[in-house]
This record gives sequence, C-alpha cells and structure tokens, in this order.
Amino acid sequence: MKRYSAFAVAREAFRNHLGWDRAWRAARPKDRYDVVIVGAGGHGLATAYYLGRNFGITNVAVLEKGWLGGGNTGRNTTIIRSNYLQDASAAIYEKSRSLYESLSQDINYNVMFSPRGVMMLAQTQHEIRGYERTAHANALQGVETRFIGPREVKQLCPIINLDGPRYPVLGALWQPRGGTARHDAVAWGYARACSDMGMDIIQQCEVTGVRSSGGQVTGVDTTKGSIACSKLGLVVAGHSGVLADMAGFRLPVESVALQALVSEPIKPCMDVVVMANTVHGYMSQSDKGEMVIGGGADGYNNYTQRGSFQHIEETVRALVETFPMISRLKMLRQWGGIVDMTGDRSPILSATPLSGCFINCGWGTGGFKAIPGSGWGMAELMAKGHSPLTAEFGLTRFAEGRFIDESVAAGVAH
Amino acid sequence: MLILTCPCCGVTGEETEFHGGGEAHLTRYGPGSTDEEFQAYLFRRENPKGVHFERWRHVNGCGKWFHAARCTVTLEVFGTYPAQTLRPPEDLLERIREKRPGWRWKDLS
Ligand SMILES: Cc1cc2nc3c(=O)[nH]c(=O)nc-3n(C[C@H](O)[C@H](O)[C@H](O)COP(=O)(O)OP(=O)(O)OC[C@H]3O[C@@H](n4cnc5c(N)ncnc54)[C@H](O)[C@@H]3O)c2cc1C
Ligand SMILES: [Zn+2]
Repeated sequence: MKRYSAFAVAREAFRNHLGWDRAWRAARPKDRYDVVIVGAGGHGLATAYYLGRNFGITNVAVLEKGWLGGGNTGRNTTIIRSNYLQDASAAIYEKSRSLYESLSQDINYNVMFSPRGVMMLAQTQHEIRGYERTAHANALQGVETRFIGPREVKQLCPIINLDGPRYPVLGALWQPRGGTARHDAVAWGYARACSDMGMDIIQQCEVTGVRSSGGQVTGVDTTKGSIACSKLGLVVAGHSGVLADMAGFRLPVESVALQALVSEPIKPCMDVVVMANTVHGYMSQSDKGEMVIGGGADGYNNYTQRGSFQHIEETVRALVETFPMISRLKMLRQWGGIVDMTGDRSPILSATPLSGCFINCGWGTGGFKAIPGSGWGMAELMAKGHSPLTAEFGLTRFAEGRFIDESVAAGVAH
Repeated sequence: MLILTCPCCGVTGEETEFHGGGEAHLTRYGPGSTDEEFQAYLFRRENPKGVHFERWRHVNGCGKWFHAARCTVTLEVFGTYPAQTLRPPEDLLERIREKRPGWRWKDLS
C-alpha cells in the first residue's frame, strides 16, 4: 500500500493523479479462512482490523451483501460522544472516542475526526437532574464532561433560542472532546488497512446460511459459494435477527427504521453538535455547510430503510423551535437505516449458543461513535474468548437481569 | 405510510392514529417461571424480515388493542384480527401463504 501524505499528493499532482492505487483489492472468496466476518460496516471492518493489528490474525474475510459501508455506517449523523451513565458503557465508548483521536494517523486515512464538542440540552427539571448525575458519573469514570448553564450554552451556540415556547433551555451536559467524523472515511480507511494486511473484503456477497457440525460453526453459505471458517463474527446491525435465525438462535433485538435528513448548504453558523432529547431532535453542521438533522426511530418493526414521514415532521418541528433561524431552510435529502434495538438500549458483544460464532450487534441508534472501541473489544473477544471491554455486554445478561440500562441516558436517537 | 384497519371499530387510518405494541402471541410467563422463560417473554423476539404478527392499539380512536399481520419489508398489511386469540385465524394464514409461497407459521417463543 502506498501511504497517503502531503508528499504523495504533491507527487501525484505532477503526474495527473495517475499513480494512486485502489484503496482495497477487489477480492474473490477463498475456500476457507480462519475468521469470517459477516457485514462490512464500521463494526465488522474494525473487528477485522484489530484482529490483524492486535492479534496477528490476518487470514480473514469480511463478507458484505451490498457495498462496503452501505448500511448504517454510511447513513448515520456521525455524532461521537462517550457521556454515558453506566461504567461498562463509559469504558467502551470512551475507549472508542479516544481511539478516534488518533485514528487518522493509525490507519493512514483522514477520517476527519472533529472534536468540536457535543452538548445535550436540559429542557426540563428532570433532565437537569439526570445530566448532573451523568456528569458526576463521568467524573468518576474519567470521562471529561461538565454541566453548563444557559449562558454558556448560548456562548457556545449563538443560534440557539433559549426561551422557546414549550421547553426553555435550562442548561446542558457538555462534552468538549465529543464531535463528529466522516462516516464513509471510517469504513473506507479500515477497509484499506485490512486489505493491506492481506484480508479479503468481498462485496456483493450475501450470507444465506450458517454451517455447523456438532454445535460448532464450520462456515457460511453465500451467493458466491460456500466458505469454511473456524470462527464466525456476525456484525450486521439491523439484520442481526436474520443471521441469528440462520445460526439457530433468537436475539433480544428488534429492528426499526431510523431516519436523518440534511438541508441545503449554508454559511458556517454552528460549530458544535447539539442534541435536544426532550423535544427529540439533534443537529450539527457538516463541512459542506449542510445542517445534518436526526430524530426519532419508527414505532414498529421494519426493514424498509425509509422511515415514517411523520417522524421527519416531528423532528423538524422540534428543531425549528430550538433553532428558529432554520425555519426557512430547504431540506435536500432524507434517508433511513435499519437499527437494531435491544431491551436495555446497550449493545451485545458476545459468544453465542453456537460455538465459534460471535455476535456484535444492538448498537441501535448510536453505534457510529463506538466503531473503533467495539472493533477493539470484539477482536479480543474473538481471538482470546474474553475481553474486559465486552465482558458486561454478553447475551446472557438478559436472562440474568444484569442490564446496562442506558435508555434514560440516551433517550434520543443519536 | 402504513395504513391499518381496526377490527374493533372498523375504522381505517394512518399509522399516526395507532400505536405499535410489538410482537404478538408471546407466551406470558408468570411467577415460578425460569430465568430463560422470563427472558423469552420479556426480550427475545422473532424480529423477522417478512411476515410479522404484532399488537397495535387504536390510541386516537376507539382505544382498543388488536392484532395485525404485516410484512416488515413492504409494510403490506395482510389483515387485522381481534386481540383475544392465541393464534391468527386460519383464513389469514392461508392468505399469507398465498402471497408469500413457502412461508410457514412458526410457534413463536
Ligand atoms: C439515521 C441514523 C443516524 C445515526 N446517527 C448516529 C450518530 O449520530 N452517532 C452514532 O454514534 N451512531 C449513529 N447511528 C447508529 C450507527 O449508524 C450504527 O450503530 C452503526 O453504523 C452500526 O454499524 P455496523 O457496522 O454495526 O452496521 P452497518 O453499517 O449497518 O453494517 C452492517 C452491514 O452488514 C451487511 N449485511 C447485512 N446482512 C448481510 C448478509 N446476510 N450477508 C452479508 N452482509 C450483510 C449490511 O449490508 C451492512 O453493510 C445512526 C444510525 C442511523 C440509521
Ligand atoms: Zn378502533
């Protein structure tokens, strides 16, 4: 792999940019691999990457039914934060956030991590108490957050309307090193680094069945033939239930559509990320100037990658109240992704009833921020059988009642 | 937009008139059941890509609960039926089999 650098850009500028390589090889499947990962979203690719980087396991294939990063990884609103309530969450999300800080250097691919700061508005007394509690929890966990008053909110984000008709802004939970990153670049960067280690990333290759013998996974059937493997990682977000069905178990997961939309590009007007959980909407401004907007998930199971129209209406209504200046903005695009919701709104990184088969899912509405940390933990889990990062996120917690309850801390989709 | 017909009052309305209540026909385990059984009742879901049996409530209407059979991919509603039953009506299952050849009713949970 040729390294990307300022020098490489200058060199190519002098030869009409004809010298760039493909970022990753177009691989054809081999008959067998040590590890097969299903799903080339951020989490699947990061799992493969850290298997190679941290454990030297490189006989790995990542199988993707569509195109790489075409699932939720390429559809999300890219908010990165780690201000969760429970210790287990703070550990994996903060690991992830801190890996983002140096990810561009690590994989030699500019993921445009922008720690511009994330604020979660408190618009009721209940939310003030909730976020003060989270700020205290974060202090104990070593995650830098602060509860700030309305004056500071307005200083950080002048376009905010503090005294809206329904829900005045009473303060916010502020994480100065939260922010955004470029979602495609995260997928592409990991894919390039995996391919460079000799791993095969195989697109347009849908897994249609899971093979096993005597309770031990032996491989998968795909639209490009059967592939044998000793270990299998299912990392398919909204389609986790479908893959679990193939592997013979049922998950505590339901799939729903979550949507986002972007406006026409405008001049820079907002350099932080703002989430308003009570009115259910959040917004940031992309480098191109578009206002990136997200809201709530659909209220019923579906796989439509489209979402219900009334949710757009609700989200936009909430945001116009909080940011009156956007009321005349035109919206350019709207899309949806299928998110995998668990009962406690925390992810599952776990061994499964099928020996050798592991699952990483349940990131729901908020797993983009977790890609590096989740890949790190999942790789350790698959290589060694256990990982301190994933220990609390096992499947058995739903039978044992050891929930990692984040449904209050993360009341909104993000 | 998803359109449902309430079998209780007969009104056909858009999804905003209703509220989804999740997977139907779950076995509701009670006191004395095992952890596994409680887990199945409280958390494990079939979550199919395709035919889904589910509970709905006509919140902005008659207020009654009912069941629906719906495709989670196309949002096609195969039919709605009363809440007071442990199994979808046979004619509805037949209609689904016609539209989705090869589909089979599984004993859920
Ligand atoms: C609108 C929206 C906004 C969001 N905003 C945020 C945010 O601001 N911050 C945040 O942290 N998170 C956010 N999220 C959540 C985040 O996008 C996801 O949690 C994360 O991207 C999941 O990554 P993944 O790799 O697990 O899944 P995906 O990126 O969905 O990858 C799974 C892949 O598996 C493939 N696959 C499925 N079935 C098969 C099969 N049978 N064979 C082969 N391949 C298969 C799919 O094609 C897909 O590419 C948002 C999500 C949405 C939809
Ligand atoms: Zn009714």
